Amino acid sequence: MIKFTLNGRKVETDAPATARLLDLIREEHLLIGTKEGCGEGECGACSVFVNNLLQNSCLIPIGSIEGADIVTIEGIMETEQFKILDESYSIAGGVQCGYCIPGMVMASAALLTKNPNPSEAEIREGISGNLCRCTGYNMIVDAISKAAKKGDGLWQRK
Amino acid sequence: MDLKDISTSVPRKDHKGKVSGQLAYISDVKVENMVYGVLYRSPIAYGKIISIQLPNLPEGYEAVGAEDIPGPNYVKIIKEDQPIFANDWVNYIGEPILMLVGGDLNILYSLLDEVKIELEEHQAIYTLDKAIKQKSVPGVNMASYEFGESLEIISAIELKAHQIIEEEYDTGYQEHVYLEPQGMLAIYKEDEIVVQGSMQCLYYIKNALLSALACGDDDVRVVQSPTGGGFGGKEDYPSMMACHVAVAAKAVKKSVMLVFDRSEDMVVTTKRHPAKLKYRTAIDKDGNILSMCVEIFLDGGANVGLSSVVLQRALINSAGVYKIPHFHSKGYVLKTNTVPNGAFRGFGAPQSFAGIESHIGHLSKLANIDPIEYKRKYLVKQGDPTITKGNFRDPILMEEMIEDLLNASDYKKKKVEFQTFNQQNQRYKKGIGTSLFLHGCGFTGSGERDHIKATVKLVKSKDGKVILKISNSDMGQGIYTTLSKIVAKELDILYEKVLYPDPDTKEVPDSGPTVASRTTMIVGKLLQRAAKKLKDQWQSGVEQEVVEHYVHREMIPWDEKTFTGDAYPAYSWGVNIVEVEVDTLTGNLKLEKVYANYEVGKVIDDRVMKGQIDGGLAQGLAYGYLEKMTSREGKIQQKSISDYGPPTSLDVVTIQSKVFDNPYADGPYGAKGAGELTLIGGAPAVQAAIEDALQTSFQQIPITPEVIIESLWMREGEEG
Repeated sequence: MIKFTLNGRKVETDAPATARLLDLIREEHLLIGTKEGCGEGECGACSVFVNNLLQNSCLIPIGSIEGADIVTIEGIMETEQFKILDESYSIAGGVQCGYCIPGMVMASAALLTKNPNPSEAEIREGISGNLCRCTGYNMIVDAISKAAKKGDGLWQRK
Repeated sequence: MDLKDISTSVPRKDHKGKVSGQLAYISDVKVENMVYGVLYRSPIAYGKIISIQLPNLPEGYEAVGAEDIPGPNYVKIIKEDQPIFANDWVNYIGEPILMLVGGDLNILYSLLDEVKIELEEHQAIYTLDKAIKQKSVPGVNMASYEFGESLEIISAIELKAHQIIEEEYDTGYQEHVYLEPQGMLAIYKEDEIVVQGSMQCLYYIKNALLSALACGDDDVRVVQSPTGGGFGGKEDYPSMMACHVAVAAKAVKKSVMLVFDRSEDMVVTTKRHPAKLKYRTAIDKDGNILSMCVEIFLDGGANVGLSSVVLQRALINSAGVYKIPHFHSKGYVLKTNTVPNGAFRGFGAPQSFAGIESHIGHLSKLANIDPIEYKRKYLVKQGDPTITKGNFRDPILMEEMIEDLLNASDYKKKKVEFQTFNQQNQRYKKGIGTSLFLHGCGFTGSGERDHIKATVKLVKSKDGKVILKISNSDMGQGIYTTLSKIVAKELDILYEKVLYPDPDTKEVPDSGPTVASRTTMIVGKLLQRAAKKLKDQWQSGVEQEVVEHYVHREMIPWDEKTFTGDAYPAYSWGVNIVEVEVDTLTGNLKLEKVYANYEVGKVIDDRVMKGQIDGGLAQGLAYGYLEKMTSREGKIQQKSISDYGPPTSLDVVTIQSKVFDNPYADGPYGAKGAGELTLIGGAPAVQAAIEDALQTSFQQIPITPEVIIESLWMREGEEG
C-alpha cells in the first residue's frame, strides 16, 4: 500500500509500485487535466508537481512517491496564481488545441514561483520541456510574461 | 455585436475548458461496457498472408478482422485501395491486419506478441528513387498529370539558349506531431453506432462507415471530440480508425476505444509526402529565364489515399508566385511499400515552394542579381494568367508587402553587415534569406461545387441564442471563435449568444471537411449569408432555422484532364525574411530573426491570426532545417518525439509579422484562407538564409547540421 497526498488530500493505493503516476492520476482518481502526449517524458503534457518540483508524471513509478505531495492542475485551479495565468493565456492567445496547456500552465506556475520576474530567455528555458505544436510558443511566452507582471508579488507567496 | 472592425480579438470560445484541462479529449472519455482495441500490424513491407494463428484468448477477449466487416473491405477515401484489415496482401510495415479487443490494455499487448503469422515475402519498393526507376512497372504510378507549354516549343527555345540549368531537389517526410495522439471510440448501441474521436472531417468518416458497415444513414453517427491538433494528420487517417472501432463494436457488441501511444502514432499514421523535384531551365546570357520544365515525384507510400489531390496542388504551385515564360510541368504519385502519406498543412505546396524558391534563388546567383530583386522581376501581377490558364483576377499586394518587409528587416543593410561579419569570423557565419509564396484557398478546381456541396444551418432558440450547425472541427485553429464571431456580427447580437457545440452528424448538415484553408472563406461566407437571412426574418420568442447552400462563382472552369482553368477561387499571399547564424564547426543553426508579411483578404480575429502565423511558421521553418524523418527498408526510424525533433521554445524566436488588408468579395467580411499559407514560406526562407551565410547551394531540405557539415567538407575538398 502506497500512501501520498494528492491535491491536498491523503490518498492510498494498492496499485503495483511500477504503475505510472500518470495512470494513477487519470484512471484511479479520474483527474483528466493531466494529459498523455508521449509517455516518454519528452512533451510535458503530463506535468505535475511532486514535492513542489515540476515532473513528468509518465516517468514516475508510484513506488517512488510514498509520502510525497502531488499536485495536479486540478489542485491549483482555485488559486489566485491560476486565475492570473488563465487570464494571461487568454489575453496573449496562448491556447490553441489546448492539449499541451494544462502541462504548460503547470510549467508556467513552477517557473514563476521560482523566478517571479523572468526574462524572455528564462521563460523559453522554463517551458523548454513542454512541447506545443500549435502556437510556435511566442504567445505562450507572452502569456507568462504578462502573468509575471500581473502577479506582481503574488508568485513569491507559497 | 458592436465591433468596429471584425479583426478586433474576442475571447476564445473554448478557452476555459482548455486552460484548466477539464475539457475531455477522447482519451479522457469512459463509457459503460467499454473495451480497448489494439491492432496487429504487418511485420513486413510487401507480401502475401498465408496464415494467421491466434493465441488462446482469455474470456472477454476477442479478435476482429476482415471477415467481420459487413461491407466491402476498404476505407472509402478516393480510390478503393486501402483495406480496413489486410487479409490477403500486405503493402507496408504497420498495415493493420486484425484487432484484438478486451478490457485490459496490458493483457492485449501481451496477446499481440503471441499472434503468429506466416507470410510469403515479396520484393518491396522502399524508396522514391527506386520507384522512379520502376515507374513504368504496372501499379507503381498511382497518379500523374502533365500540362503547360508544348515540349516541342521548349526544345526549340532550349536549342537557342545560352545555357540549360538542371537541378534535382529533395524534400523529406514531415510528421504532424499533433500533441494529442490519434484516438477513436465506437459507442455500441443496439440500433446505432456512435463514433466519437479526434478528427477534422466528420462526413468523410461517416461516409467511410456507411460503406464499411453497409448500413443505413440513421445507423451510424459521428461526433467530434475536442481535437488536440490536426494539421492535416486528422483529415484522412481517422476514417480508417473509425472503421476499425465501428467494425469491432458491431462484432463484439461492446463499445471499443482505440487510442495510439506516441510511437504507434509516429510509425503508422500518414505524413507529408517526401518529394523529388526536377527543374530544367533555359536562360540567356544575362541569366533571364527563357523556359522552364518541372517534374515532381511524390512518394505516395503504399496506397494512393489523398495523394493524387496533393500532387495536383504541388503541380499548380510548381511555378511559385512567378510568371515564367514557356512553362511546362509534370508530376507523379509513385507507390512505395512504406506508410501511406497524406494530408499535411500546405498539401503539396510546401514541397513545391521549397523547390521553386531554391531553384529561382540559384538562378539569381548565376545572373549575379540579389535573389529578392531577381524574384521580383518574375512576380505575377493582377490579370496575369496562372500556369493552368486561369487568371489572377484580384489585386495582388506582393510588391507592397515585399517593400515593407525589406524595410522592416533592414535587408540591404543586413546583407552588407553580414558580409563583413562573415569575413571577420571563421566559425560563425550569418545569412539572410527570403521566400515569396501564395496559397490557393479552398478545394482545387470545382471540388466545392462537384464533391463537397456544403450546407450550413443556423438555429435560433426561443431565448434568442443562435446555434451553428455545421460539420467543421475546431482542432485548435480557432473556428469556434472566428465563425461564431462572423455570425454574431452579421446578426448584430452578443458574441456570447452564439453557440457552436462540438459537431455531431445527427445534428449538423455536411458543410464539408475542415481542410484546404476553406473553412473561414467558404463556410464562413455561407454562415454570413445564413445570418443575414435570419436577421431579415428574425422573430423574438420563437425558434427559427435557416439553411444555406454553396453557390459556385463560375470562373474559367477547371478541367482536371487537361489541367486547365481556375484552380482556386482566390489566393492568399506571403513574404518571409529569415536571419540565421550557422556554426561551421558543429553545423548547428540559430534562428536570429524572422519577419513575415501576409495577405489573407481580411483577418477575422487578430489574435487567432497571429496564432496561425507563429504556429505555421514554426512548423515551416522546422521543415527546412530541424525536423527529419527517414524510412529504412520500409520502417520509420523515428519512433519518439525527440528522435524526430519538432521545435521547442528554445528553437523559435519572436516573429515580427504584419497582415495586409485586401478584402475578397466572396469571403466573409473579405476573408480568404490563412491556416496553411503561414507554413509555406518557412523552409525556403531558412534555406536561402543558410545559403547566404555559407555562400553555397543546397538541393534538399531539411538542411540539418549533418547536411551542413558534409557540404562544408565537400567544399574544403574541392578547394584543398
